[in-house]
Amino acid sequence: MDNIIKTEHIRFSYSTNEGVVMPVLEDLSLEIETGSFVAVLGHNGSGKSTLAKHFNAILLPEGGKVYVSGMDTEDDALLLRIRQTVGMVFQNPDNQIVANVVEEDVAFAPENLGVPPKEIRERVDQALSRVGMYKFRTHAPHLLSGGQKQRVAIAGVIAMRPKCIVLDEPTAMLDPIGREEVLSTIHTLNREEGITVVLITHHMDEAAQADRVVVIDHGKILSDGTPQAVFQNVELLKSVGLDVPETVELLYQLRAEGLPLPLDAIAVDECAKAIYDMLKQPAGCFCDSPRA
Amino acid sequence: MKQVAPILKTEHLSHVYSVGTPFEHVALDDVNFSVEQGEIVGLMGHTGSGKSTLIQHLNGLLKPAAGNVYVNGTDIWSSPQVTRATRFQVGLVFQYPEYQLFEETVYKDIAFGPGNMGLGPDEIRDRVLRAAHFVGLREDDLQKSPFELSGGQKRRVAIAGVIAMEPEVLILDEPTAGLDPAGRDSILENIKAYHEAKGSTILLVSHSMEDMAKTAGRLVVMHNSRIVMDGTPGEVFSRAKELKAIGLTVPQVTMVFQKLRDMGLDLDPAVYTIEQAKAAILAIWRRCGHD
Repeated sequence: MDNIIKTEHIRFSYSTNEGVVMPVLEDLSLEIETGSFVAVLGHNGSGKSTLAKHFNAILLPEGGKVYVSGMDTEDDALLLRIRQTVGMVFQNPDNQIVANVVEEDVAFAPENLGVPPKEIRERVDQALSRVGMYKFRTHAPHLLSGGQKQRVAIAGVIAMRPKCIVLDEPTAMLDPIGREEVLSTIHTLNREEGITVVLITHHMDEAAQADRVVVIDHGKILSDGTPQAVFQNVELLKSVGLDVPETVELLYQLRAEGLPLPLDAIAVDECAKAIYDMLKQPAGCFCDSPRA
Repeated sequence: MKQVAPILKTEHLSHVYSVGTPFEHVALDDVNFSVEQGEIVGLMGHTGSGKSTLIQHLNGLLKPAAGNVYVNGTDIWSSPQVTRATRFQVGLVFQYPEYQLFEETVYKDIAFGPGNMGLGPDEIRDRVLRAAHFVGLREDDLQKSPFELSGGQKRRVAIAGVIAMEPEVLILDEPTAGLDPAGRDSILENIKAYHEAKGSTILLVSHSMEDMAKTAGRLVVMHNSRIVMDGTPGEVFSRAKELKAIGLTVPQVTMVFQKLRDMGLDLDPAVYTIEQAKAAILAIWRRCGHD
């Protein structure tokens, strides 16, 4: 399959003020398939944000290689094309908005790329429509809600027509409505436009909706697979400071009591159905029971 | 018998931002609520519902446009001395408090509040050590610069800075936002331990329904500048559809139980923790003769 991002044995470290070298990424190899929706999990300090910054050459590896659509991120001549291919959205919307009017903010990147004015107009309108913010195009960004600001930031990235968007905890500062707005926007972009999405998150339920979950711990890949496969490793995830969705936690604890339940019923509906099916056996048995 | 006044109380509290401008906005509209000594109350509501405006009234950072705020039965605006005392009685930890650290060392940062209270050096030292202990900071962290700590550690320092003033009421605005699951659980455990040790009153603002379910004994829900629900977590979370309508959610286990009820199982709608859910399902399972 075609990979939009490929890291080969990358290493990276930071140095503290006292000159102590802290390894962050160690021999990490990962391929992100074009068009996929990948969630990256890891506790604070696990190296996941550092990894993300390698995906569009904000950071360069100390060892190993990173390729974006086959382009080596260490090649200076390719930098603009790499940044156009992979766009980044960060946690705090207020740190990413540069203009006083929504549409000007979205136009910032295409302007810098030297896109002709008429095309900029088209791209901005299109980008704002795709994130559901077109009717706010003349508003002042600071008067928008957090979820709206994040969608403007996403529009600013997609106005560059990237093939991939990397989002580093984009919902951490948002309320449930804002989170839902951002998540449904990126799922739509992935499904309808074929844009590859790499979502770094601390929310297990956000990861549960991805095609694939990659768990990073101490700069290495600890687990990698479908959400159904990854979240079955309840003990492993907890041992590295992560969690599983509440649905999986409930199934896990009931299994520990000997109940015959699957661990891969992550979605609320699936989890309810699994419990229902189990309680129904043998045929029709709830013992006509009133409330437990 | 003399009635003991609630530790916090608002009466007909209203607040309006940008009065007389085109941006005039009613942020609190006739809010009446009270908190008893020793409660842990969760305050929920989507962005713009008025919860931040409300908590800023509770320690006198904002002055009511109308109505009153009482701490231990005294109107906090009755005199400048009372207003100033309120700031120490009611400690407020803002959202992302780690951005407010400013001192050279962690110790000095935590000591800033107690210093302002005019306490002696020994008392300040005791309080800094106790506060650091409550939030799980190690003694050798105290001489570090707060800026060399991780984000989660910085947040602990900021919370310790408020705890060190030993307020009767501790208000925390989104204390776990942006932390990983282990960090979230650990901060909530610290808050609960502080509550148990000190018997102080806690008001917790959070978007995380799971945090609320784990911590609060009572939930207050705001919408459109008013309080629209007030009850036990079970009572509030069993109104899942109404919560959804005002932009809030319920814990995932509550959703699973709602679904099972829709499928015809007679289950308690007020289930909101994994433990409760597990017990309810095990009870049915066992009653059906599956040991």
